[in-house]
Amino acid sequence: MNVALEFGIEGIGVWSPELADWASAQNILCGNVECAADAAARPPAAILPPGERRRAPESVLIALEAAQQACTMAQREPRDLPHVFGSAYGDLAINDYLCATLARAPREVSPTKFHNCVHNAPAGYWAIATGCHENSSAVSAGDATFGAGLLEVALLAHRESRAALLCVYDVPAVGPLRDVIACRSAFAAALVLAPWSPRAVARAKLRVGDGATTLAPVPALLHASHAGNPAAASLPLLDALARREPAALRIAIAPSLNLHLEISF
Amino acid sequence: MSLLVPPLAVTAFTVTCAAGRGADAFACALATRQSGLVYNDLNELPCWIGRVAGLEVAPLPREFSEWESRNHRLAWLGLNQDGFRERALAAIECYGAARVALILGTSTSSIGETERAYRELDADGRFDAAQRRSRVHHTHALAEFVQHALGTRGPCLTISTACSSSAKVFASAQRLLHAGLVDAAIVGGVDTLCGSVLYGFNSLELVSGEPCRPFDADRNGLSLGEGAGFALLENVAADATVPRLIGYGESADAHHMSAPHPQGLGAQRALEDALVRSGIAPDEVDYINLHGTASRQNDEVEAALIARLFPASVHASSTKGWTGHTLGAAGIVEAVATLLAIERGIAPGTLNAQILDPACGPQVRIDNASRRVRVALSNSFGFGGNNCCLAFAAGAA
Repeated sequence: MNVALEFGIEGIGVWSPELADWASAQNILCGNVECAADAAARPPAAILPPGERRRAPESVLIALEAAQQACTMAQREPRDLPHVFGSAYGDLAINDYLCATLARAPREVSPTKFHNCVHNAPAGYWAIATGCHENSSAVSAGDATFGAGLLEVALLAHRESRAALLCVYDVPAVGPLRDVIACRSAFAAALVLAPWSPRAVARAKLRVGDGATTLAPVPALLHASHAGNPAAASLPLLDALARREPAALRIAIAPSLNLHLEISF
Repeated sequence: MSLLVPPLAVTAFTVTCAAGRGADAFACALATRQSGLVYNDLNELPCWIGRVAGLEVAPLPREFSEWESRNHRLAWLGLNQDGFRERALAAIECYGAARVALILGTSTSSIGETERAYRELDADGRFDAAQRRSRVHHTHALAEFVQHALGTRGPCLTISTACSSSAKVFASAQRLLHAGLVDAAIVGGVDTLCGSVLYGFNSLELVSGEPCRPFDADRNGLSLGEGAGFALLENVAADATVPRLIGYGESADAHHMSAPHPQGLGAQRALEDALVRSGIAPDEVDYINLHGTASRQNDEVEAALIARLFPASVHASSTKGWTGHTLGAAGIVEAVATLLAIERGIAPGTLNAQILDPACGPQVRIDNASRRVRVALSNSFGFGGNNCCLAFAAGAA
């Protein structure tokens, strides 16, 4: 059980209404700046052509924003990177629309909303926007989606000694779905992983299984805003990366299984 | 570095779909050319569907009642065919629950149950008390249910890339086993018919009013279906005689959300990567199970791709005339069709096709053939331009 995967973290992206990008996230996570409650409603998602940006669902916008930030920081061409997009719930506003329309007037289902409802819609829009023909995946592991996605992308990078992109995102539950899904916020985070090289901003060593942890406290307002958002399980890692302090983190990948992740600089 | 991947033994597999419950029933339907498609009786849409008969009267055992949904019923039914559940439990016993991964594909999970909850909202417009079951109404519900039912404690992942979902599970499992993080993986997928897919595909005008006719010159759309399938993957040392997963290819079209790349660029890349990773040449391939949905565009692009890449000796076919397009389950249903071709020496033809599209080369066959199948591929392509190709081979004689 002690097989370790080692890699470098080359790029980081993040978007939530309070966190416009990695620079602002670093300031807030390091306590330099208060976390403001009034914030952007939509990310720029500049990688999408304007027409698609207007029509794209929220999940696609926030995921592509974080993914693009991470690739820019890593100075990697997005089209060269196999990618994994992870989300516990997919686009809940589209699910609400589909289920409500099916209950009311099923023949009125919009074809565009239907093809946007697939869990791999952000991965598909990303591949189209970047011209990427590499392996493109979309995964879910409920509350453990960040950890399970991190393992999946670390294995991709490890297996073929190449850089790969992870993006996790979730958006708020809408309508009656609020009764069964606790997610109340929008949050996306992305990482570019690659075999270790000096261009990496941090070194990571990952094992499946438990180990000692040094969980840093995430700012309370940020933590509270995203408590029900599975993508925000990335916050402790983002916090360690922002502080540039060595850390050992325990990240769930399944109900009774964790990743042990050591970060060094 | 070499892209070659070490093979994995497929030590158990099973399938449940419109054409049969269990591998024997499915193999028999394939051999005797008995389609599972029936006229749609789930709603008013004039089309044919591949439904698994009897799910409505097959509730989950009482201990799983909080998981009730059509998708979980089909998952449970599927797990209990071909002694698969016993084989999975034996692997968990042998290796330890934490050393067995569970990776399942689904496109819509239990959204059929969520649709039902929306039809039965209470006076306040909220979920009825009986439907406030958080475990059911989300993407990962299927894998959580199967994990609960089998007791695996290893990595547990849902892959949801539309119609390639339960093909990609084999590739992810291969990476986990190869890295030494687990000793065995249970892979598969389940998708069930529901309003979202029936009305959704209808809105895209992709559904035929007749039983689907893959690769026929006059084909006019797909028939939707449902299915469940599972496979147990272990290192070859566990059993050298059973069929093997020898490679995989995964790619993106980067073209359009719901239409294939016109030259099949992404599909070609997935196929070529599968050949490179398995170290085989196109003329070593005996059988290819095609994606072959019977949509105008998909079949034309795929037929041209096969004609371009493979010699005439290859027998290629789509089995969707038997099963319908089982979406997120198509990868595993057709992986099982491919494994059965290897195991039983019968390459299925293409049911319902009468006159092949001129884009087809000599590889695409209408009739079944008895032939030795040593190496076989299975193609799965999905919305978002998501492609996966799996390569299997016979075990040691």
